[in-house]
Amino acid sequence: MTLQELLIAPFAEFAFMRRALVGSVALALAGPPLGVFLILRRMSLTGDAMSHAILPGAAIGYLTCGLSLAPMTIGGLIAGLFVAVGSGVVARATSLREDASLAAFYLISLALGVTIVSLRGSNIDLLHVLFGSVLALDDATLILLAAIASLTLATLAFLYRPFVLETVDAGFLASVSRSGGPVQVAFLALVALNLVGGFQALGTLLAVGVMMLPAASARLITGDMTLMLVLAVGQGMLSGYAGLIISYHGGLPSGPVIILAAGVLYLLALMFGPAGGLLRRLWSGRHLEA
Amino acid sequence: MDIAIRIQNVTLGYDRHPAVHHLNGVIESGALLAICGPNGAGKSTLLKAIAGTLKPLAGAIRFGGGTAPRDIAYLPQADALDRSFPIHLFDLVAMGLWRRCGLFGGFSRKDDAAIRSAIATVGLSGFESRPVGTLSGGQLQRMLFARLLVQDARLILLDEPFAAIDSKTVADLLDLIGRWHMERRTVLVVSHDLDLVRAFFPQALLIAREAIAWGKTASVLTPENLLKARAMIEAFDRQAQACERAA
Repeated sequence: MTLQELLIAPFAEFAFMRRALVGSVALALAGPPLGVFLILRRMSLTGDAMSHAILPGAAIGYLTCGLSLAPMTIGGLIAGLFVAVGSGVVARATSLREDASLAAFYLISLALGVTIVSLRGSNIDLLHVLFGSVLALDDATLILLAAIASLTLATLAFLYRPFVLETVDAGFLASVSRSGGPVQVAFLALVALNLVGGFQALGTLLAVGVMMLPAASARLITGDMTLMLVLAVGQGMLSGYAGLIISYHGGLPSGPVIILAAGVLYLLALMFGPAGGLLRRLWSGRHLEA
Repeated sequence: MDIAIRIQNVTLGYDRHPAVHHLNGVIESGALLAICGPNGAGKSTLLKAIAGTLKPLAGAIRFGGGTAPRDIAYLPQADALDRSFPIHLFDLVAMGLWRRCGLFGGFSRKDDAAIRSAIATVGLSGFESRPVGTLSGGQLQRMLFARLLVQDARLILLDEPFAAIDSKTVADLLDLIGRWHMERRTVLVVSHDLDLVRAFFPQALLIAREAIAWGKTASVLTPENLLKARAMIEAFDRQAQACERAA
């Protein structure tokens, strides 16, 4: 097989592959930067929990209107925001810390969602909501993903300073400005929005993967914030492309293979990353004079 | 003389239990005041209330004409700074410009120079590109002081700024406080070190849930007053009734 046949032909020949690529690129533009902030704010598992929490909302949308974009998206968004806000409220009102209440919420959500889908749908439908169908993205979904990506990037640019300040020194921000609370809410809303978008392509179980894996590996490669964001986006795009190519030629399910591709990049960063990789720790070279 | 802060019958506390009871007094503009007392006396609580992060259970804290709202630089006791965040010293000190630059304001050449000069004043020249996670305790404290310098506020609140740092850093920071005092800024400092307070601060407030003494340092930190302060009971009283006391 020539290189052209290997790397370009599937996209040249098939519209569904091109769609899948566009969808993956859109997800990779917006998800990884949010993932970087999730990691820096130690909210990695919160992202995971929120992606499961989306399921009952989307499932109710599915139950009432079938595999239709708008109801599932709106339902998922409501459920995701409800869980994000709800676990914070429960943490403040009871003795249960945030991680425990989040775990409780998302387990209930996942079980509820699967049950609801099973009420009306077949196993195929269940597989779609759990693992997404990146190869079945229609125009409406692509437009949604592109809109979410644009909104996320615009908001991140707009609120970059308060996001950083709120993460590194929330006490100081509170002493000089009242924007701490709204900024936190904006961040969670963006995460929920991107998870709902990712849900269509990758399903509830893997949607958070495109956010977290590129971000985690970027964290291992550099200690500079800007470079970290750029690298995360780059790796997200590369995983999307590589995952689609590999799944096409190998006859494998696309969503999970995209996440696996991101996983391979992460493992490479884990081994060789200059900012915390394992090899760096084992061999650091001779020390400097001053 | 200008009044910077008016404390009117203020009671501060957590969960209805008072940490500070019925405090009354004024702090003049340009004062250099040390706040002393045993552990649990309410010193940090008082600073938090003046900084605006804690609402009084009763009474009010009013600011005089010279102090705009939020023109306050506050250094808490244990800063909740996330030291593992990938940010350089320069950027963290630059945060002090928030009130002037806000969400989008760019940094002018003047701002840049102000930040560098603040970093130089605290003796951290050359540290601008260092990630904050690599700084020692003393360097971190100096960095936070640099941020306070950049904030350029009329009212400065410092909660135990000298805890766990070396004597050279303490001397340098005292110089800085002296400079602020000469610039007629109002500076309130919580400190446990009574020798330092006697040597350096013209005014003191001895507090042990209530004000024991307030005024010139020599007349406040007398043995009788210190004994009275030590007799204060730290724990909240679970059986306490509602307080009937007026101002």
